[in-house]
Amino acid sequence: MATAAAPAVPAALGSGRLTTRRRLHPAVGFLLIVAVLVVLWEAAKWLAGDPWRYDSFLGTGIAIDHRPPFRIVPFNDINLPHVWDIVAALFGTDARGQTLLQVLIGAGLFTLRNAALGFAIGALVGLGLAIVIVHIRLLERALVPLLVVSQTIPIIAIAPLIVIGLRADWLGVAVVTSYLTFFPVTIAGIRGMRAYDPRAYELLTSYAAGRRTILWKLRLPASTAYLFTAFKVGATGSIVGAIVGELPSGITQGLARQILTAMQYYTLAPGKLWAAVVVASIFGIGVFLLVTLVERQVLRGARPVESGAEA
Amino acid sequence: MTAAPVVELAGVSKRFGGSAGAVDALSGIDLRIGRGEFVSLIGPSGCGKSTLLRIVGDLIAPTSGSVTVNGKTAAQARLDRDYGMVFQVPVLFDWRTVQKNVELPLEIIGMPKPERAAKASSMLALVELSAFAGHRPWQLSGGMQQRVAIARALALDPAILLMDEPFGALDEMTRERMNLELLRIWERTGTTVIFVTHSIPEAVFLSTRVVVMSARPGRITHVVDVDLPRERNVDTREMERYFELVTEVREALRAGEGPPADGDPASGRVRAEGLSG
Repeated sequence: MATAAAPAVPAALGSGRLTTRRRLHPAVGFLLIVAVLVVLWEAAKWLAGDPWRYDSFLGTGIAIDHRPPFRIVPFNDINLPHVWDIVAALFGTDARGQTLLQVLIGAGLFTLRNAALGFAIGALVGLGLAIVIVHIRLLERALVPLLVVSQTIPIIAIAPLIVIGLRADWLGVAVVTSYLTFFPVTIAGIRGMRAYDPRAYELLTSYAAGRRTILWKLRLPASTAYLFTAFKVGATGSIVGAIVGELPSGITQGLARQILTAMQYYTLAPGKLWAAVVVASIFGIGVFLLVTLVERQVLRGARPVESGAEA
Repeated sequence: MTAAPVVELAGVSKRFGGSAGAVDALSGIDLRIGRGEFVSLIGPSGCGKSTLLRIVGDLIAPTSGSVTVNGKTAAQARLDRDYGMVFQVPVLFDWRTVQKNVELPLEIIGMPKPERAAKASSMLALVELSAFAGHRPWQLSGGMQQRVAIARALALDPAILLMDEPFGALDEMTRERMNLELLRIWERTGTTVIFVTHSIPEAVFLSTRVVVMSARPGRITHVVDVDLPRERNVDTREMERYFELVTEVREALRAGEGPPADGDPASGRVRAEGLSG
């Protein structure tokens, strides 16, 4: 009987084949979209930005003198600097001979460290809350509205409170970050830990399994997909959270100081602020991808999902 | 049947809901099941046969009456891990391999790793799925998944196997094959089986006794002793006695339904559900 049914299995295993053969690598798709955005950006400037005047355009020796047919203020060189001006800002050197890119990456790594710590605290606290709430129904009604309220308070308002109240250093920043991270983990955890088949619960009950066994053998494994979705939201948010946390604490080594400085000199060198934004978002994308990578490891062997649901 | 009963139900009833919208799911159930018996519970949807199974397994408490299992309360029997459960769907854990799924109950009782690996392997051999130990459940066909669920249910050598329409979701061909498979396993393990089903031929083919139930309130209307030879195979389904028993169970079911055209729209709906299930 077993051998007769065996050929069915490789067919089931091959269900992922069709999707991988023809589809573009996700990174290629992402770069394509970035390229399209850059083209749109410059097209807007070509149509309605400030005049283009180049004796030698990007070192090619081609002279350009273009007057856009329309004028739309948001497209001028201060609001939307040319992409190459942003790139040039990245590679411009400061008084110490460091390029802005090097400075921003250094600052980004500093911020990343606080963000990672905050994310870890937030994920643990969030999961802990979810576990408690799942087991005590009364708490769900009492606690969840409170948690929702906590997220309606602008983080920028409570950041000084936490950072200065606690200590104006990495710990304060990490706590502000965790404030942004824990909420999605709690909400997804509550949902995920109840997303099992009720018969699975009956099955474990029939084995006289206790609450802790059910938590480890059923609730947590059943909620991994939910939790990783929340971890992705939380990890991306943790970079923003760490930057916001750095603002009132007067920390100078992080991205917050770089953004503040660039804001102050914005009208003189708008490319620098955009450069800082680009680097900050690259860090955000980086942590997102890192969580995705961990998820793939943890969920390997799990039932394949629809290709659209993977991210 | 002459041996001391493994399961003894006396005056069991179950009422769901509060005083206003209360529903009598079961009423006055008396049943004794001997060691090594194979008892099927059959009846229309809503007759409480799944509820009865869960009361025996201490997953639901009865409103009144007593349940004795191996001379103990049902709760004690559950704590002693006397039960093996199989549901209509396999309820296998996607995040575990087939082998690890069968090991699950052994992990819960704290069996050391090498022992439980050996035990799970022998259970998989029993259901002839040794070659698939390293596969994930979703890579297996529905019938194979259900055999894994049976292997898992048998892993603790339960005194009683509780099966809630285990083959209801399978196609007819697979279902007949699974019936033979289950009989072979039952022969080999000697375990007592309580088997909920919608299918009259399945109930007659598998059982030593068929318990016929009717709905509102759920109660036992007939008990049909299946006096077919214990050794059953594909030829059993062509025996004259088999057809007589199928007819007997069908008539018992019809008698339990009451007058056919009673003008109650709800009863028609329930019957339609029974057919689709």
